[in-house]
Amino acid sequence: MSLVLDKVSMHVGGHTHIEQVSLTLERGSLNVLLGPTLSGKTSLMRLMAGLDKPTAGRVLVDGRDVTGVHVRQRSVAMVYQQFINYPSLTVYENIASPLRVARRPKAEIDRKVREAARLLKLEPYLDRTPMHLSGGQQQRTAIARALVKDAQLVLLDEPLANLDYKLREELREELPKIFAASGAVFVYATTEPAEALLLRGNTATLWEGRLAQFGRTPDVYRRPANITSARVFSDPPLNTMRVHKRGAQVVLDTGDTEAARGVLAGLPDDTYTVGFRADHLYLRRPDAEAIAVTGTVAVSEITGSESFVHVDVPRADGGSDRWVAVSRGVLDVEPGERIEVFIDPRRVFAFGHDGALAAAPPLAVAA
Amino acid sequence: MDKPVNQGAWLLVLPVLLIVAFSAIVPLMTVVNYSVQDTFGNNQFFWNGIGWYQELLDPSTDLGGRFFDALWRNLLFSFLILAIEVPLGIAVALSMPRQGWRVAATLVVLALPLLIPWNVVGTIWQIFAREDIGLLGWVVNHLGIPYNYTADPLSAWVTIVTMDVWHWTSLVALLCYAGLRSIPDAFYQAARIDGASRWAIFRNIQLPKMRRVLLIAVLLRFMDSFMIYTEPFVVTGGGPGNSTTFVSIDLVKLALGQFDLGKAAALSIVYNLIILAVCWVFYTVMTRMDSGRS
Amino acid sequence: MARIDLQNLAHSYVPKPSGPGDYALKPLDHVWRQGGAYALLGPSGCGKTTLLNIISGLLVPSEGRVLFDGRDVTALPTEARNIAQVFQFPVVYDTMTVYENLAFPLRNRGLRGPAVDARVREIAELLDLTPDLKHRGSGLTADAKQKISLGRGLVRPDVAAILFDEPLTVIDPHLKWELRSKLKALHRALDLTMIYVTHDQTEAMTFADTVVVMHDGAVVQMGRPQELFERPAHVFVGHFIGSPGMNVLPATVYGRSAHVGGHEIRLARGYPPIDAGRVEIGVRPEFATLAPAGSGVPVRVRRIDDLGRVRLAKVELAGIPMAATVPEAMPLVGDEASLTFEREMVHVYADGHLVEGEAA
Repeated sequence: MSLVLDKVSMHVGGHTHIEQVSLTLERGSLNVLLGPTLSGKTSLMRLMAGLDKPTAGRVLVDGRDVTGVHVRQRSVAMVYQQFINYPSLTVYENIASPLRVARRPKAEIDRKVREAARLLKLEPYLDRTPMHLSGGQQQRTAIARALVKDAQLVLLDEPLANLDYKLREELREELPKIFAASGAVFVYATTEPAEALLLRGNTATLWEGRLAQFGRTPDVYRRPANITSARVFSDPPLNTMRVHKRGAQVVLDTGDTEAARGVLAGLPDDTYTVGFRADHLYLRRPDAEAIAVTGTVAVSEITGSESFVHVDVPRADGGSDRWVAVSRGVLDVEPGERIEVFIDPRRVFAFGHDGALAAAPPLAVAA
Repeated sequence: MDKPVNQGAWLLVLPVLLIVAFSAIVPLMTVVNYSVQDTFGNNQFFWNGIGWYQELLDPSTDLGGRFFDALWRNLLFSFLILAIEVPLGIAVALSMPRQGWRVAATLVVLALPLLIPWNVVGTIWQIFAREDIGLLGWVVNHLGIPYNYTADPLSAWVTIVTMDVWHWTSLVALLCYAGLRSIPDAFYQAARIDGASRWAIFRNIQLPKMRRVLLIAVLLRFMDSFMIYTEPFVVTGGGPGNSTTFVSIDLVKLALGQFDLGKAAALSIVYNLIILAVCWVFYTVMTRMDSGRS
Repeated sequence: MARIDLQNLAHSYVPKPSGPGDYALKPLDHVWRQGGAYALLGPSGCGKTTLLNIISGLLVPSEGRVLFDGRDVTALPTEARNIAQVFQFPVVYDTMTVYENLAFPLRNRGLRGPAVDARVREIAELLDLTPDLKHRGSGLTADAKQKISLGRGLVRPDVAAILFDEPLTVIDPHLKWELRSKLKALHRALDLTMIYVTHDQTEAMTFADTVVVMHDGAVVQMGRPQELFERPAHVFVGHFIGSPGMNVLPATVYGRSAHVGGHEIRLARGYPPIDAGRVEIGVRPEFATLAPAGSGVPVRVRRIDDLGRVRLAKVELAGIPMAATVPEAMPLVGDEASLTFEREMVHVYADGHLVEGEAA
C-alpha cells in the first residue's frame, strides 16, 4: 500500500499540533520521523493510524480517501516507547494475539509466531511471561506482535527510547533487515539523528508541527533543504554563523573579512547564515583554503574515540556563538584556552533570510 | 496535552442519553408540572403559576420558614462533616502502609463501612447509641455525660455526624491514598535530601498531588451529605422536634405526609437547582485548576 | 567537600548470601578522591544503582563501610550526609516558583533573610535560571526542571557530593549537549565530588574523569575514558564502551603474532604461551581500517553504513563478522578488501581478561 498525507493539519483547542503536512510513503519503505519532543511525531502517527481525524486535509491509502475511517477498519500495527504486552500471556501468546483475534487457523498461527520469534531472536523465551524478560526482550515481543499482524502500516513511536544504550545499538542494527523482509509501510519516530542514519530509508524532519524536509535519509542529511532541517538532523547541534557577502569578499560576524571561496563564491550579495556540522569544524588547519576563526574553549569532552570541543566564538556585536567541533582521538585542550578553529568553505551550507538553502557543497564532497 | 474529540463517540453514548431522558427528564418534567399547580385530591389540578416558589423563597411564610430552617441545617451538617472527614481522611491516608500485606488488609477494613447499605447503617447506630440498651449510649451516660438522641438536639446531631463520619471517612481516605500512591519515590528522596520536615513534605509534595482527588472527595461528600435522608430518618426521624429535619426529610413529609404535591414539587426543583449550582462551581474550579497546570 | 572511601563494601538483598550469585553488589574496595567526576557505567541490573543508593544513604549495605572524609556514614540516613541527588525524572515542587524551589533546602535548614537571597541568585545565575526565577516550576521544560533539581543541591553551602541518576534520560539530544557541557563547567568551577550513573557510554565518557565500568554486580574496570577505550581490561569493557564495540576474534597467539582462521595479525608485544580455555584478540573498529584488496589481511565486505561523521564497514574475516572503519576517500570495488590494524591497539584476552604482553 501507499500512504499519502495531503496537507493535513491538526489543531486542538487553539494549539497547533500539525500544520499543513504533505507526505507520500511508498509500499515497502521505511520512513523515519525525526524531530525533538513535541515536534509533532506522535500527532502525525495518530493521524496516519486513524486514531485522530485531521482538522484539515486528507489521508489517502492506495489513492482511496480514508480521512474519517476509524483505526479498526485500517490495517495498522503500533509499537510504543513503553513496552506494551499482555502481562498474563506468554511471549508465544502475546505474539499470537492479533492472529487469534483475526481467527486464523491454528497451523498458520503457529507458523507465523515461530517465524517472527526467529526473526526477533525470541525463540528461547516463547514460554515466558513478559515479567520475566529484559526490557529489550519485552520490546522485541511487542515488535514481533506488530509484525505478525501483517498490517499494511506499522508505526513505531520511539521504540528504543526506554532501552539501554547497547541494546538499542543491537536492535537498530537488526530492525532495517526485519523491515526489509516485510512489504508494509514502516514509520519510525525518533529524536536522535544517529538513529535515522542507521535505519536509512527516508527521513522526514519535523519542527513545531511542520514538515521541514522529506527525502532519502542520506540526501536529507547531506543536503538539508532549509536551516530547520539541518538543525533537526545534527547531533552535536549545527554550528551557525552569519556572513555578509560583498562582491568577492565575505564579512564574517566575527568582524573578519575573507575572500569569498568554496560554497560562498557563487552567491549573490546578501546576508546568509552559514551552517556546518561539528565534524566540519576543524581544530587543525585542513588546508590553505580553510577560514580560521579564534575562540575560547568552553568545555572539552572525550569519548575515547573522539573529542568534542565546545568553543565560544565572539561576534563583532559583542555577543558570542557556541560551536562544537569533533575530532578523532584524544585532544587535550583546557577550558578558557584560546584556540583557532577552521571552517572549510567548501563544506558549509549557506541559508538565506527565509532559512531556505542558498548553496551547498556538491553531494560527493559533502561526505 | 489536549485529547482531540472523536465525533464517533457520540453515537456510543446515545443509548445512555435516551435512557437518561426517559428515566430523568420525563419524571423531572412531571415534577415541574406539579410545581406550578395546586390540587385538592381527586386528580383535580388548578393553575398556580409561580405561587409556590414565591412562598417557598419567602422566609416569613410557613413554607418558606420551614424550607430555610432545613436548608441551614443541611449546610451546617455538610460543613461539619466536611470539616471532620476531609482532614481525618487525609490523616488516615497518610498513615496507611505503602507496601506489603498490610496494604490489602487496610484497604479491606477501610472499605467495610462503604459496603453497608444506608438504612442498615442507620439501624446499627440507632441501636448502638440508645441510652438503655446501646453500648455507646449506655457507656457515655454511665460516664456521667448526659446523652439521649431522642430527647436532646445536641445528642441527636452528635449521633448523626458521628455516624456519617464513621460511614464515609473511608471514602475520602481511599481517594487520598490513590493520590498519594501516584507520587514517585524520587520526590520523597529528593525532599529528604533537601532536608524537608514532615510538614514541608506534606505541604509541598503530598497536598499538591492530592489536590485533584481531594476536590473530587469534597464534591462527592458535599453532594451526598447535602442530600442526606436515610440515616437521620432511621435514627431520629427528623427529631427531636425539628432539630434534625433536613430538606430531604421535610420534602418527604410535605409530599407523602401532607400530600402537598405542588409545594413539594417546587421544593424539589429548588433543592435540585442548589445542588446543580454547587456542582457547577466545583466543576469550574476543577477544570480551571487543570488548565492552570498544563 | 568529600573524599569517599568504600571499604569492603558489598550488598545482598537476600539475608544470608550463600554464593557470589546472591550479591547485587560484589565486594569492592575503592577510594574516590575529593573533587573527582566519577561515572558508574553498565547495563541495567549491573549494580550501579545499588552502589549509588548505598552512597546516598537510601540503602544500608549488608557488608562493609562508607566513609566521607574519614567519617563513617554507613548507617546515616540521606539527610545527614551532605549529599545532593538529581534523579532520572526531574523533581520540582510544582506549587513553588523556581526561586522558592531553590530556597527550599536553605529554609528547611533554618536559614532566612539576605543570605538565602544572595545564594539563590548566585546559583540561578550559574545555571542560567535567573529569567525563570519568578515562574512556577511546573510550566518549565524538562531540561530547566532538571537544572532546578540540580540547583537545589548546589545551593547548599555544605554539600559534599552530587549524585546523578541517569539525569539526561528525558532530555532531547540537542539539549543534552548543552546540559552536559553545563555539568562539566560546574564541576570545574565548584570543585565538588560528582558521581554519575548511566548506561550511556557517551554520557559517562564525556562527563567523568574516572569511569567505573560495572557488570554483574562487580567493577570490571576503573580508569580514565581514554584508558577504557584504548586498553579495555576485559572484553565486556571493550564491547560496552565504543559504538559499535570492540571486535573480539578467537585466535591462537604465539610470540608476537596472532592467527585468526589462518591469517596472521602482527602484535606490538610478545606473549608467552597462554594456558586458558578461550584465547581471543580484541581490536576496535576505529583501529581496523579498510584498505584495497591485497594490502593487508583479506576480508569480505558485507555492508557499508554511512553514519554521517564516519563510514563503517561490516566485514567478515575468515568467516567471522567484524566492523572496521572506511577511510574518507576510499573507493569500493566489489566485496574483496583487506584490513590494516593499528598494531599497538590489538590486544590479547584470555578467558575474557586482558593479557599483558612483554614490550620489545
